[in-house]
Amino acid sequence: MSRPCHNVRMRANDDTWLVVPLYNEATVIGDVIRAALPTFANIVCVDDGSTDSSAAAARAAGALVVHHATNLGQGAALQTGISYVVTQTDAAYLVTFDADGQHQVSDAEAMVALAREEDLAIVFGSRFLDDRTKAGFLKKVILKTAVWVTNQSTGLRLTDAHNGLRVIRRDAAARVNLIQNRMAHASEIVLQLGRTRLPWREYPVHVLYTEYSKGKGQSVLNSVNILVDLVFK
Amino acid sequence: MEKIWIQLILLVGVAVVAVTLTRSTADARHQAVRRVLLVGFVLVAASAILYPTFLSQLARLVGVGRGTDLVLYALVIAFLSYVATMYRRMKMMDRQVTALTREIALAKVRLEQAGYPTGPTETIDSAPPPALEPAPGPTPTGTDPAERRP
Repeated sequence: MSRPCHNVRMRANDDTWLVVPLYNEATVIGDVIRAALPTFANIVCVDDGSTDSSAAAARAAGALVVHHATNLGQGAALQTGISYVVTQTDAAYLVTFDADGQHQVSDAEAMVALAREEDLAIVFGSRFLDDRTKAGFLKKVILKTAVWVTNQSTGLRLTDAHNGLRVIRRDAAARVNLIQNRMAHASEIVLQLGRTRLPWREYPVHVLYTEYSKGKGQSVLNSVNILVDLVFK
Repeated sequence: MEKIWIQLILLVGVAVVAVTLTRSTADARHQAVRRVLLVGFVLVAASAILYPTFLSQLARLVGVGRGTDLVLYALVIAFLSYVATMYRRMKMMDRQVTALTREIALAKVRLEQAGYPTGPTETIDSAPPPALEPAPGPTPTGTDPAERRP
């Protein structure tokens, strides 16, 4: 396992890959990539069979695009991105990052720095550790329920479960194998990372609920699907 | 009191369906069970045709009023188990499709990065086609070897 020496800070997180699952986000993905590139030079977008020009936009903005021939779901896209980083790069860290512009690049940067400083294998982003994130009441209830269910099944004590911003060190990433193609992967990845018994921490992040992301957000009914997916593997 | 028999049989049927839904079973055993059930079905169907009163007698034996009711109950169980097996099979196929798609995606990127042309990127669209918009032309695939290497 090659890990970088902590004293030598490499230029612009050269040993880190941003993994961005991408599905029909043509209007925002270009800006998201351009905002992240100065900090993270390596970005892989997993185009999950988008029917719009998302892939072209991501490529034009400077990301490497891995293309799913058919739409499989965010979990599958995430796993493909993780597999890519583990098998085809020598990255020390990977950061899972949403394509819709909800996440702050500065948060991701701080999380990678924290992982380096404290020698952590996993850093989970949490929007409930401080009060920067403004979530609606119903959204809060759903997310808190998801946190509770996840904590029951994984044995970890997280404050946020379905947060797409995570830093995963290479050794931990190599032990992730998501089979939940759809949204239930958010609990599954926590479960699998928890089983590695590697050191982890949560880090407060700011999730930006724009009109755009709200329009695409998970509905209440979707949480029923997630529960069923988790029970009937 | 006799009703207890049909209740027991139906409940066991539902339980079996539930178990097959959640548990993975060895394929060969699964097939054997299906074949035994098929033979049983043929025997019951044949005797029901040859001796029309047979079903009603069987029904009364387990506490159901009429033979047709018994057939209906059996149908419900059969349908449930059909749904359960189909669900499992779909899940398995989903996994296979995912594995294939991932392999192709990763292999293609490897080719691109080695500088080989891989042709236009195509999406197999099972969802309704996107609204009418001008064709974007051939997608600019990463055919240029200028693509970053890890």
